Amino acid sequence: MKRLSLLLVVMLVLSTVCGLTLAASQKLIKVGIVNLPPEESGYRQANVEDMNQVFSRANGYDAKQTNTADVNEQMAAAMGYIRDGVDYLLISAAHASGWDDVLLAAKRAGVSVILFDRMIDTDPSNYQAALVSDMYYEGQLATDWILNNVPEPRNVILIRGQLGSAAEVGRSAPLLKAAAEGKLNVVWDGTGGDTWSLEEARRVVEAAIAAGKDFNVIYAQNDGMAQGACQALEAAGISFGKNGKVKIIGFDFNRFALRNVQAGYWNADVQCNPRMAGQIDQWIKSGNIPKGVVYQKEIILDTNTITDEHIEKYGINPDPGKGVITR
Amino acid sequence: MPRFKARFDRLSHLFFPLSVLVILLIINLLKGADYFKITMVNGVLYGNIPNILYGASELVILSIGMTLVTAAARGQDISIGESGAISSAIFVQYVLNAGEVTIWTILVGFLISCVAGLVIGAFNGTLVSFFNVQPMVATLILFLGGRSIAFIIDGKVSPILANPISNKIGTVIPGVPIQTPIILTAVFIALVAVVLKTTNLRLYVEAVGINPNAARLNGINPKKVIFLTFLLMGVCSAVAGFIAVNKVGRHDSVNLLKFIMMDAILAVALGGNSLSGGKFSITGSIIGAYTIEVLNRTLLRLEVNPEAIKAFKAVFIIILMIVASPVVRVYARKCLGKVKTFVAGNAIGKPGGLNQAVISSMDSSAKKEE
Repeated sequence: MKRLSLLLVVMLVLSTVCGLTLAASQKLIKVGIVNLPPEESGYRQANVEDMNQVFSRANGYDAKQTNTADVNEQMAAAMGYIRDGVDYLLISAAHASGWDDVLLAAKRAGVSVILFDRMIDTDPSNYQAALVSDMYYEGQLATDWILNNVPEPRNVILIRGQLGSAAEVGRSAPLLKAAAEGKLNVVWDGTGGDTWSLEEARRVVEAAIAAGKDFNVIYAQNDGMAQGACQALEAAGISFGKNGKVKIIGFDFNRFALRNVQAGYWNADVQCNPRMAGQIDQWIKSGNIPKGVVYQKEIILDTNTITDEHIEKYGINPDPGKGVITR
Repeated sequence: MPRFKARFDRLSHLFFPLSVLVILLIINLLKGADYFKITMVNGVLYGNIPNILYGASELVILSIGMTLVTAAARGQDISIGESGAISSAIFVQYVLNAGEVTIWTILVGFLISCVAGLVIGAFNGTLVSFFNVQPMVATLILFLGGRSIAFIIDGKVSPILANPISNKIGTVIPGVPIQTPIILTAVFIALVAVVLKTTNLRLYVEAVGINPNAARLNGINPKKVIFLTFLLMGVCSAVAGFIAVNKVGRHDSVNLLKFIMMDAILAVALGGNSLSGGKFSITGSIIGAYTIEVLNRTLLRLEVNPEAIKAFKAVFIIILMIVASPVVRVYARKCLGKVKTFVAGNAIGKPGGLNQAVISSMDSSAKKEE
């Protein structure tokens, strides 16, 4: 009798365990996504769209998403997701500091946190993984391109983005390092300001021309500012692009910029990949989430290496069409 | 002579904005004597002055509208950049969906965007004039939400406007030696001048701005006048948006005309206008707008470190505003008066009565200025 009851108990336990695992395999993975609003930029739009596409019900996810530029709202949303009992919490923070309480709450509740696109100032033990763009690497790609493709003397106009932003600091550093090593000269150092403004970039280049500076490279830290620089050169009658005197480098892989590169109107553009969901999805599905910071692999394309496939696959924002130049 | 003096009095309010502009131009000249040099590049005039005129075109147009709103409503419209972004988004959508782009497509698109500007102006104007909401609070709504609206009209991307006609509007028309935005701005200024010359707009706006109740008792409806200035502001925003989007060649709802209301308000103030309404000078505001553009470029010309450029701009503006303040102006007039009487007294050698007369007239004009 005793043996029989033990058997019964064992069978009962086994069946519940089996049942639970069976149920779990059919259950959707609950994910909470805290992100910035898509109207922030073309980059963010592509990022949000990618998140929506990958973390869909069809793909086995029960995802909730909050898009706001207000860091307090972001934290409140994250706390809400933790209370809802999500399995994974994905965060792209509007502001890097003040997240410790949220991250500790997630840890206590057993939620794994994956940061994407933007880092948080906290102890690395407070999150599982972070998938971000390496801005320094992007700057290195562009700087190496200059060193390999522009003969000496290399006189560069540097047009920075919002001063102090991660992108500006990262993309400036390799160029300034090369300048310090004497491999190239930064003849004019300007900024497009907090809005990475095309008009301001245009003014910077016009000022450099008026000051009589001799330059043959424009290193603009986003595509809009590269466009502004080209407008200034065109008005001043200075040749640029593939067969011109001044080489143009932009960042971000806007499709209009890539078409300009393809047409030889610009020389090169560096990727800043907003499509991170695929990689995170793969981590979650495989159950093999790395620990710590992981940098995305990014590329530079110039007039020789660019193809229609690149533009289709990696570009952001609408495509003006083959051969169309956006001046 | 009295006629000359009357004309001089009318223009004396331009003394301050012009002096500020002249100070900046002198600084630029000291940096390099070739500042005013203009050359021909591919059949188009090129140099610092064309660059300034080109760069300031949107700001000039917006500062005209801002002057009218400020004068009548005794407050500022802070949603001008956003309303420009919305109306130009509608323009871009019309052009992109119209099929083949001809000059007529652009023109019709422009008129539609002007209607959109009127609608936005009517919205702000209704809140301010009929519901008595403070202008800055009323326009805060669109300031916060406008870019999202433009973003949705854009279809959540930044559409490309890469057609030859737009490009000509944004840069140059072949055969014309002046960049198109400069011409458009000049035409707009001329239109505004004609409107002010041929209508009672100035009288009504100033009357409402100085004292709405007095204006109402004299048969002017302040609500209607304030509403009208917001409608005009909407048209100004639409025109500025049109020029901006053609310059850029794509509609970036995030950055188009961003924070331009700050510069527009500053242009109104630099133009010697009171930000609490009343008498206004559009010429002053236009000079103020060009002054801001010159200031931005002066800092670049002086090779100010990019990290320090904002601080320098702030310092410059503080100095300019103090130079322009009524206190300093009255003091300067007094000093000038004393010097004049001293010189006149020495030259004619007949002190006393004349001196007294000059000093008293100086004082009274100084008081008027206050």
